Amino acid sequence: MQQQTSTATWAAERDKMTGYANSENDKARRFRELALPHLDDLYTLARYLMRNAADADDAVQESYLRALRHFDSYRGPAMKPWLLTILRNVCNAEFAQRGRRETSADQSEEDEVTLPMWQEPHSAETVLLRQQDGETVRRLVAALPHQFREAIVLREINDLSYHEIAQVAGVPVGTVMSRLARARSMLRSAWNATEGTTSGTIR
Amino acid sequence: MNCASNEIMLHALIDGELDAGHARAVEGHVTKCVVCAKNLDALRALRLAMAEANLRQSAPASLRARLDAALPLPFARIIAPSAFSRPKARRSFFGGFAVGTVASAVLAASLVLTIVRNDQEQIAANDVVSAHMRSLQAGHLMDVETSDQHTVKPWFDGKVDVAPPVIDLTAQGFTLLGGRLDYVDGAPAASVVYQRRKHIINLLVARRLGAEHAAGTERTVQGYNVRHWSQSGLDFWAVSDLDPTELGEFVQRISAALRPGSSS
Repeated sequence: MQQQTSTATWAAERDKMTGYANSENDKARRFRELALPHLDDLYTLARYLMRNAADADDAVQESYLRALRHFDSYRGPAMKPWLLTILRNVCNAEFAQRGRRETSADQSEEDEVTLPMWQEPHSAETVLLRQQDGETVRRLVAALPHQFREAIVLREINDLSYHEIAQVAGVPVGTVMSRLARARSMLRSAWNATEGTTSGTIR
Repeated sequence: MNCASNEIMLHALIDGELDAGHARAVEGHVTKCVVCAKNLDALRALRLAMAEANLRQSAPASLRARLDAALPLPFARIIAPSAFSRPKARRSFFGGFAVGTVASAVLAASLVLTIVRNDQEQIAANDVVSAHMRSLQAGHLMDVETSDQHTVKPWFDGKVDVAPPVIDLTAQGFTLLGGRLDYVDGAPAASVVYQRRKHIINLLVARRLGAEHAAGTERTVQGYNVRHWSQSGLDFWAVSDLDPTELGEFVQRISAALRPGSSS
């Protein structure tokens, strides 16, 4: 067979590969142990930022590969916000590459809120959650302008602290607080508008 | 404390971001202020609605498999695959093999051919996928980095025992990234690296071993799609995480360009 003819080259290559494999092996295992448990967190944020499953998949994969490349210099603090920061940068880079087509509409500024406000809710009382309420809430979150969506997802789903959100989004904590307040107030209005005709309200 | 500034404090309160002193102050205000009390209730209701909506999403199995394949493997995991889902069609990498220590596992992974007496084709496919996975790690993808086919091709001269065809498929959506030396089945091979969107394709070219595979074979190893065929006395292996249809298109374009009479 072919390999017998090139034994010398092959042995050299093997030694190189074995040494390389040993040092990389530990890193590969640590990275998997530390980073992969956060896959659902990354995927969720990617879905809410990218809005399309294929793009989200690509963004998550790219983030993990990028994280691995920088894993040697990773010194903490926490793995989850670190990974989410990378993911956010990957998504933003993707938007930038697409000429900001997808964000230009909804990233204008904090005062530009184009959510449908409809009429004030009528029927009131308690919050009755119907079966499809989960779907409704998901839709409302997805309809939020980019930076508010990012803030609320990082807070409510990824369960980050204000400080961590500030890190991920690269803004001061005060901005995080006002974005969250805005996001929730938009969600309340939108929720009440959709729920006004049926069951409960959040006022 | 006025209600306007309290608004943000209400959020901080439900988010558990206030220290005990501030939390007490806000709660004290809420007991006296109807507006803020109502706001706080509403915020809690929204919080609850969001929690019950179960907004968190689970990464699909296909993404897990892709990641599992894209990240370097600690070799012990190859021997004892864990809960990570893999495509069912995947054939056992080291089936029927007792590999005891990590050291021998490392050897087994990088030197499949010296240990495994297995289907030659499968061995080579595993080699190709290993080469592909190594190439995806930082700094391993390219030895010569250029999109110019006339730079890539001469670079291989004297480094491998074949002159691999380097075909420019940019117009077809496959960007030429460069070339690299690699090994398939113990023999040096030239790898021509292409990219479609974010997916890297390694096209490994080696002197043909064994029978001609004009028709080509197709398999999935560790979530990667691998196409193998022979043409013009050369063995071609295309490996990528690209979906099978697009990889098939890539193979067809390369194969068509190699046919006698073709302009490339």
